[in-house]
Amino acid sequence: MRLFIGVIGLYLVAALALPLGLMLAKSFEGPREEFVGLANYVRYFSTPALFQSIGNSLWVSILSTLITVPTAFVYAYALTRSRIPFRGFFKTVALVPILVPSLLPGLALVYLFGNQGLLKAALLGHSIYGPIGIVMAEVFTTFPHALLIILAALALADARLYEAAVALRASRARIFWTVTLPGARYGLISATFVVFTTVVTDFGAPKVIGGQYNVLATDVYKQVIGQQNFQMGAVVSVILLVPAIFAFLVDRAVRRRQVALLSARAVPLEPKPQPLFDLAMLAYCVVVGLALLSIVAVSQFAAVVKFFPYNLTLTWAHYDFDQKGGGGWASYYNSIRLALLTSVVGTFVVFVGAYLVEKARGFALGRGLFHFLAMLPMAVPGLVLGLAYIFFFNAPGNPLNVLYRTMTILVINTIVHFYTVGHLTALTALRQMDPEFETVSASLKQPFYRTFWRVTVPVCLPSTLDIAIYMFVNAMTTVSGVVFIYGPKTELAAISVLNMDDTGEIASAAAMAMMIFYTNVAARMLHLLLARWLERRTQAWRRR
Amino acid sequence: MPPYLRISRLTKKFGGFTALDDISLEIAEGEFVCFLGPSGCGKTTLLRAIAGLDIQTAGRIEQNGRDISALPPTKRDFGIVFQSYALFPNLTAAKNVAYGLQNARTPRAEVARRVSELLEVMGLSAHGAKYPAQLSGGQQQRVALARALATSPGLLLLDEPLSALDAKVRVHLRHEIKQLQRRLRVTTIMVTHDQEEALTMADRIVVMNLGAIEQVGTPLEIYREPASPFVADFIGVMNFVAGTVVGDRAVRLGHTELACELDGLAAGTEVTLAIRPEDIVVHEGRATEPNTLTLRVDALAFLGSLFRADLVGDASDGVFLRADLPVDLIRRRGIGEKSMLSVLLPPDRIRIYPGSTVHR
Repeated sequence: MRLFIGVIGLYLVAALALPLGLMLAKSFEGPREEFVGLANYVRYFSTPALFQSIGNSLWVSILSTLITVPTAFVYAYALTRSRIPFRGFFKTVALVPILVPSLLPGLALVYLFGNQGLLKAALLGHSIYGPIGIVMAEVFTTFPHALLIILAALALADARLYEAAVALRASRARIFWTVTLPGARYGLISATFVVFTTVVTDFGAPKVIGGQYNVLATDVYKQVIGQQNFQMGAVVSVILLVPAIFAFLVDRAVRRRQVALLSARAVPLEPKPQPLFDLAMLAYCVVVGLALLSIVAVSQFAAVVKFFPYNLTLTWAHYDFDQKGGGGWASYYNSIRLALLTSVVGTFVVFVGAYLVEKARGFALGRGLFHFLAMLPMAVPGLVLGLAYIFFFNAPGNPLNVLYRTMTILVINTIVHFYTVGHLTALTALRQMDPEFETVSASLKQPFYRTFWRVTVPVCLPSTLDIAIYMFVNAMTTVSGVVFIYGPKTELAAISVLNMDDTGEIASAAAMAMMIFYTNVAARMLHLLLARWLERRTQAWRRR
Repeated sequence: MPPYLRISRLTKKFGGFTALDDISLEIAEGEFVCFLGPSGCGKTTLLRAIAGLDIQTAGRIEQNGRDISALPPTKRDFGIVFQSYALFPNLTAAKNVAYGLQNARTPRAEVARRVSELLEVMGLSAHGAKYPAQLSGGQQQRVALARALATSPGLLLLDEPLSALDAKVRVHLRHEIKQLQRRLRVTTIMVTHDQEEALTMADRIVVMNLGAIEQVGTPLEIYREPASPFVADFIGVMNFVAGTVVGDRAVRLGHTELACELDGLAAGTEVTLAIRPEDIVVHEGRATEPNTLTLRVDALAFLGSLFRADLVGDASDGVFLRADLPVDLIRRRGIGEKSMLSVLLPPDRIRIYPGSTVHR
């Protein structure tokens, strides 16, 4: 078992720890790779054009968080605490943003509020290019992430607490403040930090709709791609890591406390019908749902007409990607290949890794270190990881140099980039299994891999499918992780969206972004069918 | 005959905490031994050390003449049943039982034969194709037992195997496990915190407290002659009263002197006198015999087959005793709260422990 831990641990070291370490070192080097101490940082903080981005990043992140979290809370409240119809449908709608690259809301907002946009007047003379556009796009992108966390927190409600409060004659408002909110507080804190981190590290939205408004993520990109100033790119990356790691640590601390809260056995809460309240909640969900859907609908509509909104003649011309600025249709097929490879290889690596961390006995130091490496990617923005890959894999002395600009490096990068969530999903599934399974097997003289194959894998099959679809969807939509390391032959769909937007082919960019969306919808549906089929075939034991 | 299992000077530390403190114990082949004690006393740690799950910090374990102290669980010879049963949820009852039998050397037909034999023994023949979730708690427990016994291990370890079951099933299974163990003559160690379980099932009981063994003995020995106030208090109900040694064979208790066995404690020594409620005898009529106390009934609790009476002396001596009184006696004598009773404490039923800490 130690051997396996070693192998996967080595993967995380080579694909995560070493590149990050090297990047940190680069931020202390000059253009001829000489050590210059803090000189780069001094230059950064004495250049207003650069350090202003810190304030900008914080400002849009805080604003987006302040809008997303309450919006998502009310939506989650409606889904769990009211009797509105079509709850499943509303939940599905809210999860749509997960399936599109974060470039897409930017494109749609350009169509809606841009210089020639339909609703430009609604901005009262302000420009969509800048903080307004970034915040609107980020609220769209982060909404489902906040919603899922808060839904989970609200679902934990114990009906007995509410009955006790009613029996003590507490008013509805008092019950909300003394029972509902405290019960959901860890979820709210967690959602706050997840949204904040996502926005601070997001590259897609500010790239498309940020205009002249510089944020940290676009600065990294500009330093590296625009000015080829890798050292300064490394400096900005290190600065970008600070809020991300801070938020990550706070979130971890909060989640650890929530576990204790969960232990008691609760009676599930069934909301009672309250016509007026239910109607208000329904109206709210319809409004939010429409807002989310309209972003996607506008993108799709713009992709199939000559020139939205002035010439609405239907046309497929925008889908002729091979004639546009991006990587053509080949990039779309590349994305599918990347997503499939990441999903299959990634699920295997992540699941086996989590199994070893959870079930191996002894070797505590190695397992602890492994777990730390598995949690780290959550705190590392994609751009930072990508830049670190340039330094590490492009280094002339590195034998792994052959991987540079290949599909393999994209797969390695994407697995690491999305490692943490898969790792946590697998851990949760593994922890639900009786810890004595391995002991019983040992007493029956069975090797550990037999129990792994005959019991652990079948029992955890639903969770492994979840990891696989998560990896697939994210590999389809990611831009930030791969934007520095794709090669001429490995351009991806989401990168094409970025490049076509850069060359002004916005309709084609929207068309490609929608291709990603439809692919993810199809993958999700396939996942659902596969999960149902597998459940019937292999999960008969779950039925009583 | 050498013991089947010999544990010598076993110590287990978790950081600064000593979970097992210098434990030595011998278990004979075919014996049914219970480790009994409150939670945290080290009984489970000892079981896990025997299984090789938590290797001891120091000390030695020999099984059947072989030193197994450093062997991993796979190299040891035991079957184990956990409180949670740890049945593989995705395998049927039959496949769970077959799990340890399936290997390259055993023919399939042989495995199938053994599995159906075990299911038969456990009265589970009709349930072989069911998954654990479709079985009752008692049935799951029996599947776990069958799985542990399938490979015919030399040692059977039971870690609180009955505590997840409801009371009726528990009593029934207690009997079944004991019968099975007698029939198979398999050396068995069961960990439990339930004294009734230990008293009814074990050949010998090992009472543990704070990582050390308090007493080893048959159920009757443990109950009748508890070696320490801890054992006396943990097993059954015990009255404790503070007293002082006044002579060769007498203890003063309030105003009364009681005859009892003293084991050479010097006069003036502070002692604790212990007697079980069922050993207190109520005199019919007026009593003039020695070892008699006249006490007032302070409370009466009806327990179905008997009454438990709280008896108190006058305020100055502070005597408090619980006594079990026959229902018939209460009715016949019309005893109620505030009645005065003369009770006899038979000298051979009184146990004396040095020190005056009164346990309640």
